[in-house]
Amino acid sequence: MKLIKSKLMEESHMKRTLIRLSHEIIENNPDLENVALIGIRTRGEFLAKRIRSLIEDISKEKMKYGTLDVTFYRDDFKTNLGSPQVQSSEVLFSLDDINVILIDDVLYTGRTIRAAMDELFSFGRPASIQLCVLVDRGHRELPVKADFIGKNYPTSLREHIHVHVNEVDNEDAVLLMEYGEDE
Amino acid sequence: MGSLSRKHFLGLKETPADDIKKIIDTGFMFREVLDRPVKKVPSLTGMNIVNLFFENSTRTRMSFELAEKRLSADVINFSASSSSLKKGETLKDTVQNIHAMKMDAVVMRHSAPGSILQLTKFVDAIVINAGDGTHEHPTQAMLDMMSIHEKFGKLKGIKVAIVGDICHSRVALSNIYGLITMGAEVTLCGPPHLLPVGIEELGVNISYNIDEVIEWADVLNILRIQRERMGIGIIPSVREYRSSFGITQERINQHQKEIVIMHPGPMNRGVEIDSTIADGEQAIILDQVLNGVAVRMSILYLLLSQGEEKEA
Amino acid sequence: MKKEFQMNGKWLLANGNIYNPFLDETQQGSILLEDGIVKYLGKDNNIPKDANVIDCDSKMITVGFMDLHAHFREPGREDKETLETGSLAALAGGFTKVCVMPNTNPPLDSPESIRFIVEKASNLPIDIYPIGAITNGQKGQNLSEISEMINAGAVAISDDGVPVKNGQILRYALEYSKMCGITVINHSEDEDIRADGVMNESSMSTNLGLPGNPDYAESVMIFRDLSIAEFVDGKIHIPHVSTAKSVEVIKYFKDKGVNVTAEVSPHHLGLTENRLSEFDTNAKVAPPLRSEKDRLALIQGLKDGIIDCVATDHAPHTIEEKEADFIQAPFGMIGLESAFGITHTVMTNNGASTEDVVRWLTDAPMKIMNFKLKAFETGKKADITIIDPQEKWIFSKEHVHSRSKNSPMYNMEFTGRVITTISGNIGFGEIISS
Repeated sequence: MKLIKSKLMEESHMKRTLIRLSHEIIENNPDLENVALIGIRTRGEFLAKRIRSLIEDISKEKMKYGTLDVTFYRDDFKTNLGSPQVQSSEVLFSLDDINVILIDDVLYTGRTIRAAMDELFSFGRPASIQLCVLVDRGHRELPVKADFIGKNYPTSLREHIHVHVNEVDNEDAVLLMEYGEDE
Repeated sequence: MGSLSRKHFLGLKETPADDIKKIIDTGFMFREVLDRPVKKVPSLTGMNIVNLFFENSTRTRMSFELAEKRLSADVINFSASSSSLKKGETLKDTVQNIHAMKMDAVVMRHSAPGSILQLTKFVDAIVINAGDGTHEHPTQAMLDMMSIHEKFGKLKGIKVAIVGDICHSRVALSNIYGLITMGAEVTLCGPPHLLPVGIEELGVNISYNIDEVIEWADVLNILRIQRERMGIGIIPSVREYRSSFGITQERINQHQKEIVIMHPGPMNRGVEIDSTIADGEQAIILDQVLNGVAVRMSILYLLLSQGEEKEA
Repeated sequence: MKKEFQMNGKWLLANGNIYNPFLDETQQGSILLEDGIVKYLGKDNNIPKDANVIDCDSKMITVGFMDLHAHFREPGREDKETLETGSLAALAGGFTKVCVMPNTNPPLDSPESIRFIVEKASNLPIDIYPIGAITNGQKGQNLSEISEMINAGAVAISDDGVPVKNGQILRYALEYSKMCGITVINHSEDEDIRADGVMNESSMSTNLGLPGNPDYAESVMIFRDLSIAEFVDGKIHIPHVSTAKSVEVIKYFKDKGVNVTAEVSPHHLGLTENRLSEFDTNAKVAPPLRSEKDRLALIQGLKDGIIDCVATDHAPHTIEEKEADFIQAPFGMIGLESAFGITHTVMTNNGASTEDVVRWLTDAPMKIMNFKLKAFETGKKADITIIDPQEKWIFSKEHVHSRSKNSPMYNMEFTGRVITTISGNIGFGEIISS
């Protein structure tokens, strides 16, 4: 049983957070021409799309943009994969000497980010990789640290954070979930 | 268990449509990987796969090997010519030896129908059929179906003609099983004595008139005619075969229609197919080769992935 | 588990249904044996005090079976079977008389090789009758020393395993063997039509991708052979008939009065090509298992007398050979131990009686070989098989006494079982004496 414990962020809150993250990215990357925004499927893709249009509105520059599906790169597929709903990665340009901003919804163990960084190298040799997440819930298992964080929410291991986006879930929200005893 | 409904991949006779669909869908994901500068993913890191080829098939072996390497698996190749098989070692001995090396998967090519089923009784590893004689060659059929799907966006209702020597073909039966399962329409066209007894019971049409078949078909899958069969009483001559069943430029010109040309290779240019057709715009023969790697990656990936889905 | 046991002294087979297949007569009663000799048959209940008793209540006591067609592999392939291990398999199946085919290594194509078998078999508990080769080395070219082989103890001639391809040679064999009064047995198969076929040609072979052997590969050869036999008025026997077409051809010639007899194997009565769906090499046999239509025609043909008898075609092969792939694995299956069970089950389900089944295994094959048809003669050696026609049993490896285990019939349920086989003072079975 999964129970919704509380709503950590609702639509307007999420919107404000994304605007702030966009400004931070611009501030840290004066040379936007050499920046690519890469969203990690599934939710990270949609967050990345919004950040892209926010940055383009603010800076009036056209941003390079791509998506990654890290399924083939996961280190845990032996135990962690029932029936994979794999989608293709779309990075239609070389990443050689590009400053990549990886965008995902929740930063947790760091394994997804590790897989995503590995996969990035199959598209070229980026100049740098920065990480942008909407929520950091802690419990890292790898030395991964985000450069841009929407919100830190320390959680217990029994808790989970689900980011909902309108495109998939028909609402924009960040939910704190808790697993029931039968799990 | 992997992500397919069965542990092994032995044939398409009993493979459900859901599995075929999943293999093709995942195959397209790997097609994208194959377009990257670095055409390799770490999915099967640490997995050991042996390619057991008891009969020569350079193309199939290369395709499997490439697929395995692009999934980062560790690969061993074993072929009959380099083995003790000719010294009277039985299939069981050879296989048990290899089994003792703790392989995760065995890909086998063998001339005897049913040998792949025997293999499953000798080893615990996941078994993949790379062709068991004139029985099944399911990965070839999967790449053929993926190529058709790529062209038409679907398989259901697509009219596929398989042309040539069905009797001795290593790929016809799996293609028939798979295409029928996926709702395609299949017509077999070839010399009557090279169509096996009772094949129509599988739900295919039979025709001996290649021009009618070209008129009907969306896809022509042209089988290799082995030159060894010519002039030993089975096929009268190249000339006669070409005039009755050859896919010649002249014949295709006459029909003035869009038709997709496929061939599992290796081709006898100038016998069952003209060079200009094989290299022409309608041919997807080289796409088939690329899809072969992708679909084999897909099958290996889906079979070797296992366990319950957990929250990420 | 059955085993061999000594029957010295007095043994009473008590209160059974004593069936004489040669007269087709049953009487209630007991048989007394002393040191392997029949002493008494009748209703008298005066049991000698010192007799062992085998209770035969509701059992059938009949004559030991005869098999016209077995391969005991000696000489040459003693790793598959020997005359001795073959004898145990025979006894386990109720057989006391077995004809062994000459396709050994070297083949039985000379009086010396026939004598080898006769001498080697003389100490064995069953009677073994060698069949000599028609041609030297079974090569189909030169007639072997047929008359000399008959004098040495051969009971018929056959190149079994390979057909006599040259019709002229078969004609000579049929004509020449007339002077010996024996039967010529020709493996009826056109090898060119069979080609590389390993199973019945049908939609099943198409599904399995296996090269097919069509039914007419057999029936055209039978037609040729019987046409020759008709012309020369020879005596011919058709082994292991497997197709409906063959039954038609044999009927055609029998109706014309040609001196032809035919046998069917238990596996062709009981199994079909569907057994091959998992590529079980133990079900790979020559001639191949056929369609259900063929199977039903064979059952009907046997009932109608077009096919005369049942013969096992017991063909032992090693596990190693049968573990090869389907193309490489040898043809053949063992059959002596399962023969009565499967034949009785199939034929009684199709309207035949236990007595019919017994006649197909005794009276009919003995007639074909011109044997004396006498049962339970007092003062003569005991030759007896005791059957429980009702018993249901599951055939398994523990029932097999052959050196080889290549049977596709394990786990099949049969109705009717051979309880004990008696040949002289040797018994074989579970001892149920009191």
